[in-house]
Amino acid sequence: MTRTFNRAMWMSLLLSLICLILVCAIPARAQETRVGKLTGHAAAGKQNYQRWCIGCHGPYGDGNGENAQWIEPKPRDFAAAVFKCRSTPTGTLPTDEDLYNSVARGFTNSNMPHWDPLTKQTRIDLVAYIKTFSDRWKTDKPGDILKIPAEPPVTIQSIAHGSELFQKLECWKCHGQQGRGDGPSASTLTDSKDNPIRPYNFAAGTDDSRFKCGNTNQDIYKIFMTGVDGTPMPSFNDVIQPNDAWDLVHYLRTLQINRHSKENEVLRAAGGKIPKTETPATPPASQPAPQPDAKPQGGRK
Amino acid sequence: MRSTKVFITSALLLCPSLMLAGTVSGKITYTGTPAKPKTIDMSKEPNCAKAYTTPPLTESVVTGAGNTLDNVVVYISAGAPDEKSAPSQAVTFEQHNCRYTPHVLAMQIGQELKVVNSDQTSHNIHPLAKLNREWNKSQPPGTPPLSEKFDKEEFIPVKCNVHPWMRGYFAVLKTSHYAISTGDGKFTLPNLPPGKYTLTAWHEDYGTNTADVTITGNETKDVDFTFKAKAY
Repeated sequence: MTRTFNRAMWMSLLLSLICLILVCAIPARAQETRVGKLTGHAAAGKQNYQRWCIGCHGPYGDGNGENAQWIEPKPRDFAAAVFKCRSTPTGTLPTDEDLYNSVARGFTNSNMPHWDPLTKQTRIDLVAYIKTFSDRWKTDKPGDILKIPAEPPVTIQSIAHGSELFQKLECWKCHGQQGRGDGPSASTLTDSKDNPIRPYNFAAGTDDSRFKCGNTNQDIYKIFMTGVDGTPMPSFNDVIQPNDAWDLVHYLRTLQINRHSKENEVLRAAGGKIPKTETPATPPASQPAPQPDAKPQGGRK
Repeated sequence: MRSTKVFITSALLLCPSLMLAGTVSGKITYTGTPAKPKTIDMSKEPNCAKAYTTPPLTESVVTGAGNTLDNVVVYISAGAPDEKSAPSQAVTFEQHNCRYTPHVLAMQIGQELKVVNSDQTSHNIHPLAKLNREWNKSQPPGTPPLSEKFDKEEFIPVKCNVHPWMRGYFAVLKTSHYAISTGDGKFTLPNLPPGKYTLTAWHEDYGTNTADVTITGNETKDVDFTFKAKAY
């Protein structure tokens, strides 16, 4: 009898323990982030947020910190859960890695510095805490990561075709014919909170300058394909085929006239002039299928 | 004879809405003096400017004779069960001559929205949603219609960042009972089963008004709404 009672007692203790672990683990997982082998914890991130981030992003994460009134562009509103730099489609949540990269990289032309001095663990904890400001993180999943095919060689033909796309897609309406951010619509642009915002000035780019969402060719590809949510920059993923997108990347690099690049070398070798191309653009499709040889290369290079 | 009675009784039980369906109709008017529509300068977009012999006007407040008000969404906001499924037919939002047609488009949650670009210029479609997902997509000339849907009830401002005068609204509703006042400020909500309802009328600049109405059978109830105009 005693033995039976003991067994029953042990069983119920074991079950209670399992329940306790489950109850503790489920909410904890909702506030965790993972990048590679690192796991971020919101509770740890909160302390660092209050030290480093609260001044601009505010106690509620809505971008209304006490410094926000002096800052243009305004600090990100984490409560709205709309993020600029994503490897995921427009309107979807970014991946943990996208947010981690944004914290580490900072945002050029804004008051958001790069946070490289913080340890990787601190940064990933901060990302976990940022995700507690909106319930969207509980109801939605990050979108599918954009598939980026391998970059084709930079040729004058590729640059020329990219130049044609720049005209056809009317990138110049905001960015200007020379990419100086002075197109006819530039002066009227506002972000989603009606604050004035300027289009990127490619010509100001130098060897050490970055785009808002990175500095590699893959980053440029990602920026115009997924769009910069919360700003006037739309997503072109539905209307540009992958190979055409690479041509556009190559042309955009030549607009960075003061930057040393393979693209500028190819252009210089061709006499500095972009020939008129006869190559027709691949017809746009509403949902372009990924290339058969496409390799997923989401995340940071 | 008996089977006929059973059939009629069954039909009445199964399809009460066919037997008893009321209608609410009415008129939207305003009091006060609304701001005058502004002239839109499309000179930066010659492709569109050439379509107009006289400069087009803003559409945020469209009025008619007798102080009537257009582009007001009237819908059942309480009393009717939420629709379990969306209609299979899509609603269409067209960009034509750098304007949105219609200016206010209503749809049900989950219903397909098709966005068409009929212009010879690129547009970006940017619904500034807060409860739904905020997305922003480019649509160059000649590209196929975009297909989207929304999953939460919300009045969403839509804009084209390239052409800042282009501004419209998506009214995403839980109910299939809705109407938009057009032309003469009039609206009609047919096929309402007997019940107590709350009607809400929404205007993009003037806000919302509500009214309660009870439908008891085959009848038409008149419900008018009056908005207070803003002079700015």
